[in-house]
Amino acid sequence: MEKFEKLSGVAAPMPLVNIDTDMIIPKVFLKTIKRSGLGVNLFDEMRYDREGNEKPDFVLNKPQYRNAKILVAGDNFGCGSSREHAPWAIADFGIKCVISTSFADIFYNNCFKNGILPLVLPEDAVDTLMKDAEKGANSIIEVDLENQTIVSSDGEIFRFEVDPFKKHCLLNGLDDIGLTMEKEDHIAAYESKASLQFPWT
Amino acid sequence: MSIAKTLYDKIWDAHIVHSDPDGTCLLYIDRHLVHEVTSPQAFEGLRLSGRKVRAPEKTIAVPDHNVPTTENRDDGIDNEESRIQVEALDKNAKDFGVNYYPVSDIRQGIVHIVGPEQGWTLPGMTVVCGDSHTATHGAFGALAHGIGTSEVEHVLATQTLIQKKSKNMKVEITGKLRPGVTAKDITLAVIGETGTAGGTGYVIEYCGQAIRELSMEGRMTVCNMAIEGGARAGLIAPDEKTYEYCKGRPHSPKGTSWEMALAYWKTLFSDEGASFDKVVTIKGEDIAPLVTWGTSPEDVLPITAEVPDPESFSGGKVEAVRRSLEYMGLQAGQKLSEIEIDTVFIGSCTNGRIEDLRAASEILKGKKIKKGMRAMVVPGSGLVRMQAEEEGIAEIFREAGFEWRLAGCSMCLAMNPDQLEEGERCASTSNRNFEGRQGYRGRTHLVSPAMAAAAAITGKLTDVREIQ
Repeated sequence: MEKFEKLSGVAAPMPLVNIDTDMIIPKVFLKTIKRSGLGVNLFDEMRYDREGNEKPDFVLNKPQYRNAKILVAGDNFGCGSSREHAPWAIADFGIKCVISTSFADIFYNNCFKNGILPLVLPEDAVDTLMKDAEKGANSIIEVDLENQTIVSSDGEIFRFEVDPFKKHCLLNGLDDIGLTMEKEDHIAAYESKASLQFPWT
Repeated sequence: MSIAKTLYDKIWDAHIVHSDPDGTCLLYIDRHLVHEVTSPQAFEGLRLSGRKVRAPEKTIAVPDHNVPTTENRDDGIDNEESRIQVEALDKNAKDFGVNYYPVSDIRQGIVHIVGPEQGWTLPGMTVVCGDSHTATHGAFGALAHGIGTSEVEHVLATQTLIQKKSKNMKVEITGKLRPGVTAKDITLAVIGETGTAGGTGYVIEYCGQAIRELSMEGRMTVCNMAIEGGARAGLIAPDEKTYEYCKGRPHSPKGTSWEMALAYWKTLFSDEGASFDKVVTIKGEDIAPLVTWGTSPEDVLPITAEVPDPESFSGGKVEAVRRSLEYMGLQAGQKLSEIEIDTVFIGSCTNGRIEDLRAASEILKGKKIKKGMRAMVVPGSGLVRMQAEEEGIAEIFREAGFEWRLAGCSMCLAMNPDQLEEGERCASTSNRNFEGRQGYRGRTHLVSPAMAAAAAITGKLTDVREIQ
């Protein structure tokens, strides 16, 4: 996995609440057996008309947000299905950080597996960053994972919380499976204990 | 004296393989369910790194999302991408030696219906699947939740998950339900109360008289939609109904193993005085037959109500409701019971079990659906379908004018050919009314099976209590 240390870029504003994973990546794109190439279909039904033409009003179609690296979104972002295609599409588009007041649980976890930092901030901080994002291309927001800070284009600094283990994995681009396999002895010990205690499992 | 524990605490504690000082735990997974949509990249990951499936005997795969539900499906899947995805699961199941129910197997069906039906899901277990509706299995007092594809690969390789514990939430439904009110109405009522983010960070334990009085099928409906309230999982403590349901299933324990399991299962309840971080109480008698009017499952009201005014909400929800009403083609103030529909879908992991089909057929007996209505029943598994045929339920549906389909996820998420056309409006027993969920620009109203049957007869959203 790609490391996430610092990020500096334009943020796209999506103030809508409850943006669900069906919006992020509609099911027609779940038929792939690969992880790559989904960025072009990110927010597909909001972004294109039925003929595949771009809808000019949609935020990521506006010239100033085409290279957005950050998304500032309304509450409960990523609700709905467990599809990891949602963070795959976001990362493939080039967005590496999503900021909201809350995220759905499974989506939140999926982000960390794909080098995306989902940031939960209080409502007033999200409001400030949303307004900042609305300024467009001249408004560069900076994210520093090591120091857990985010700096608005006006220089206002917000501190964010992140789980230490998830932070460590993201900073170092670590593969969870490799880490868990180092605990093989513990897994084997659990299995032999469980085979006596819960033989029906 | 030992500390009083919740049911969630007990299951969690029994599955800790390793814990770090910061609370990050490695949790053992007893059952891993797999379907064709969220697994191909995970199996590919195993191949690329030369890893095996650690516990193939605890891994159960079944294709469900992409499969056609028409009688000719043995001829193969027309859509190339869908076919490739199902073929990939065929191959992965064979190569990695996991338990498999292919499309041609009578036991095939929606993964969350097959698991309990075959006795894979049992009380006290940890159950995961690359599918958010894994919450369904919580009805057995199993800790069950959806995971992403990276985590699918992690479980395949290690039979564990890295987790931090959620908080405990209690949802109590007191007293009795009124006639015409079902498990679906309970679960929608809870989401209406808490909102779709109300459960975020929690595992919910549902309890109270109205929950106890539900069948296992009804309890699965309630837990299924825990995820729609944002919760990691929903749980219901096992009781005699649970044991009775599990007994004699192909993969449930037998003989002395059964006795041992039963003795353990009887310890699975929240202790007197156990502490919950959040408590929600709803009176069973206050719940009416419900319908959704918007594009989030929290957009729910009694069938007797009217479409709400966006201005009656606050914050970001005002704009979201405006957008919803435009998408749904509805006006504030419109009576919900006057909304005309053109499609009815009965099925899904929420409401595709035998009891759901029985409830709908009770309403349909001796009646016809409205002329021009497209109505479809998709049983949750081949065995549900067979049972419904034996009970004469299939015949009632056919006589009424419903299409009687083969098992799969079907129009719940419309990955197979069962889809809404642009602008079509559906009374659906599924779980999500998101934009485009059942087909591009399709409109979904979530209801119970009985309410869906009533709507099929009248051609509009209908109060099932008014159908004689």
